[in-house]
Amino acid sequence: MQPDTTVLTRRAFLSASLLAGGGLALDFTIPVQAAVPAGASVLGAFVSIAPNGAITIMGKNPEIGQGIKTSLAMMIADELDADWAQVSVVQADVDPDRYGPQFAGASLSTPTNWLPMRRAGAAARDMLLRAAATRWNVPIDQIKTAKGRLIHGATKRSLGYGDVASAAAMLTPPDLQTVKLKSPDQFSIIGQPTRGVDSGRVIRGEPLFGIDTRLTGMLYAAYEAPPAHGAKLRSADLSAAKAAPGVKHVFQIQGAGGPGGVVEGIAILATNWWYANEARAKLVLDWDMTAAKGHSSEDYAAQAKALLDANAGIDFERSGDPAKAMAGAAKRIKSRYDYPFLAHATLEPQNCTALYQNGQIEIWAPSQQPQPGRELIAKELGIPLDKQIVHITRIGGGFGRRLNNDYMAQAAAIAKALPGVPVQLLWSREDDTRRDFYRPGGWHEFEAGVDGDGKIVAFTNHFATFGADGKSQRFANMAERHFPARLVPNLAFTQSYMKIGIPMGALRAPTSNAMAFCFQGFLDEVAVLGGRDLPSLILELCAEDKIVGDADAPDIAPKGFHTARARAVVEKVVEISKWAERPKEKGRGRGFAFYFCHQGYFAEVVDVSVADDKSITVHKIWAAGDVGRQIVNPMMAEAQVRGSILDGLAQALEGQKITFTDGAIEQSNFSDFRLGRIDRNPDVEIAWVLSDFHPSGLGEPALPPVIPALTNAIYAATGTRVRSLPIEL
Amino acid sequence: MNYTLTINGKRRSVDVAPEMPLLWVLRNELGLVGSKFGCGMGVCGACTVHVDGQAQRSCSLPISDVGTAKIVTIEGVGATPVGQRLQKAWLDIDVAQCGYCQAGQIMSAAALLQQTPKPGHEDIVSGMSGNICRCATYDRIQKAILNAAGKMEAVDAA
Repeated sequence: MQPDTTVLTRRAFLSASLLAGGGLALDFTIPVQAAVPAGASVLGAFVSIAPNGAITIMGKNPEIGQGIKTSLAMMIADELDADWAQVSVVQADVDPDRYGPQFAGASLSTPTNWLPMRRAGAAARDMLLRAAATRWNVPIDQIKTAKGRLIHGATKRSLGYGDVASAAAMLTPPDLQTVKLKSPDQFSIIGQPTRGVDSGRVIRGEPLFGIDTRLTGMLYAAYEAPPAHGAKLRSADLSAAKAAPGVKHVFQIQGAGGPGGVVEGIAILATNWWYANEARAKLVLDWDMTAAKGHSSEDYAAQAKALLDANAGIDFERSGDPAKAMAGAAKRIKSRYDYPFLAHATLEPQNCTALYQNGQIEIWAPSQQPQPGRELIAKELGIPLDKQIVHITRIGGGFGRRLNNDYMAQAAAIAKALPGVPVQLLWSREDDTRRDFYRPGGWHEFEAGVDGDGKIVAFTNHFATFGADGKSQRFANMAERHFPARLVPNLAFTQSYMKIGIPMGALRAPTSNAMAFCFQGFLDEVAVLGGRDLPSLILELCAEDKIVGDADAPDIAPKGFHTARARAVVEKVVEISKWAERPKEKGRGRGFAFYFCHQGYFAEVVDVSVADDKSITVHKIWAAGDVGRQIVNPMMAEAQVRGSILDGLAQALEGQKITFTDGAIEQSNFSDFRLGRIDRNPDVEIAWVLSDFHPSGLGEPALPPVIPALTNAIYAATGTRVRSLPIEL
Repeated sequence: MNYTLTINGKRRSVDVAPEMPLLWVLRNELGLVGSKFGCGMGVCGACTVHVDGQAQRSCSLPISDVGTAKIVTIEGVGATPVGQRLQKAWLDIDVAQCGYCQAGQIMSAAALLQQTPKPGHEDIVSGMSGNICRCATYDRIQKAILNAAGKMEAVDAA
């Protein structure tokens, strides 16, 4: 193989930055690009093998706690037939030409990498096999591999991978599209409960996260952004802040565009972040609040009510004649549902570290999708892509917040103003709460009609949301053909739009985390109206085998909704929770919900009691999930399901909501935007339904159904229907 | 002001403002980055350290109040028998998801086990309720504490 010039260039650049920083610039080294052990042989973009057999695998995507640094490496190592104990995983820098797309979002890392990662491992194994065949002068099909060794059974010879790695590296890699992959029964690493590759470093408190990046001579930056979304800086007196203890620089940064990039504000740099943050109180700033006026959560709620009352939405989905069918229904029901804006509240506040010198920038970015971050920096700061080196750090929680790269552009803007000085930008918790890209609130009116058997004959939804020009804005939208579209003969979904002045974004299971509550809550009402339960209603709607939406395509997880897969998880959760025998007693009840999103199917049952003082106790949750034929790492898969479920419960039960007046967010910290704690830790029983489909991801799909399963359980326990989040009984 | 602190058994001197919270001395002056910044007001527990054996939120403890107290951080807790058992238990059942809160969780758990070597469910809830895990690893936190206290059969990962 050719020497990797990219690696050499980057190493040279790093050395230059070491010198410029004065002596040893890095107190610790976040592994640089291709941090391959000396003397190791490189077998493709992802695998290198040292003479002693130690294997280094590059982790391409950001690790946000979903376990991807471990599970993608497991896919490679399994096809390579590696000994997992000899594998170490190194986080790759941003280099899409080498690694392909590098992001953590939409639960796509598993489905989109399932074949490419396995092919990378299989290709490296193929090169090792060919090298061994040449060494021994035997046909390649006589050689077997296992646990990092090549074995020629007939002559009882064996070699470690390290013994032939250098010869293998000289060979032409095989065609990745046709390289032979294992059949599932041959997997030895995939499917095994496997500890996270960095867990040891986590529990010892070693530097791993973006906020832990340390460079010699580094200054810490706090950033005073506009106090309300839309506010503009009229004038600034920085003199008192400049004189504050520990402060080295105070300067204004010009805004470059929207909230997703460099937002205007004042950067304060000090020898210690605490000094920089304290000095913010000494800034004398005059903000023009004109553009922020009127953007208030109460106003939006009032506008939405008026829009629902006017009942003049634009068609989003329609089949049959819902008005006529509704008029002829035996029974009808109409209800309104709403949910609030939410923040992400990642525990590691937004931060980013950057060093700009000689026209080049090096960035340590805790970003879920650093590639668009680079493009943002190129666009807003004029630093071309080939003058940027972006290291991906471990991330203290993503939840969709770090799909935005505003903090990355902000750090780059500050660093660009101070060439040669490494800069770490860190937001306070209050900054983090007030400068988010919020899960938008939404308002719905539903109506349904059932026949004498309780079967749905008409169903309508009117969704008041944010958008313009006849379209909803991203993340304030609803999925195309949302359930039960195409499964009910007469159905209409309509939408009305409001203009918004608050940044919106993706929160774990975006749109689904809200829609599940409304749709599955209302369908429970419809089931009660028709004298049945929600699992039977869903099973009836899904009785016929069909795909709603996109037809299946080869080599990707099916995007369309398969009714048969829905039935299987509903039946599974009904079975494991003994739904038919559920106890019915005053103050205690069970609720069910089902949801399909991110190519995954989840049905969940919640067992809850509500005391006389209205306090809610969740006793147990049963979850049945179908994410395809293979659970890659059962240990982390279960952690994702459990975490998603508790995340959903916290949204509903901790009073979580973001409110604002004239563009200024009213919450500030975990004291007024509460997260779940260990006191709510119900038993969660998980059952996998292994269907014969391409595997899909688990960061998100288990979350949406738990909220309606909870509110439906509260109805079963009390007769009180929850139609507004967060829950206030 | 000059302060000499005893951290993980070593004496360290710093020259900082008296109001500076211990967290920022550890992270930005001494390069001990294991204790994490989460909220800055003592409500999330990510910054938990031991001050003379007591779990304290270092984000809300001014350096001038530390005096001669012995400080132990996540970087040093593994040198204690309880800390060692907890770190092993944490690894055995792989508690961490994103991992950002886990240093604080382990420090709170260590203080709990120092005072209550065989905690029950209620002890764990009250000892750990000051620590937020945004990924909600609470089930494994509870199991790891019970494992470390010798109250459960260890559950091993590959």
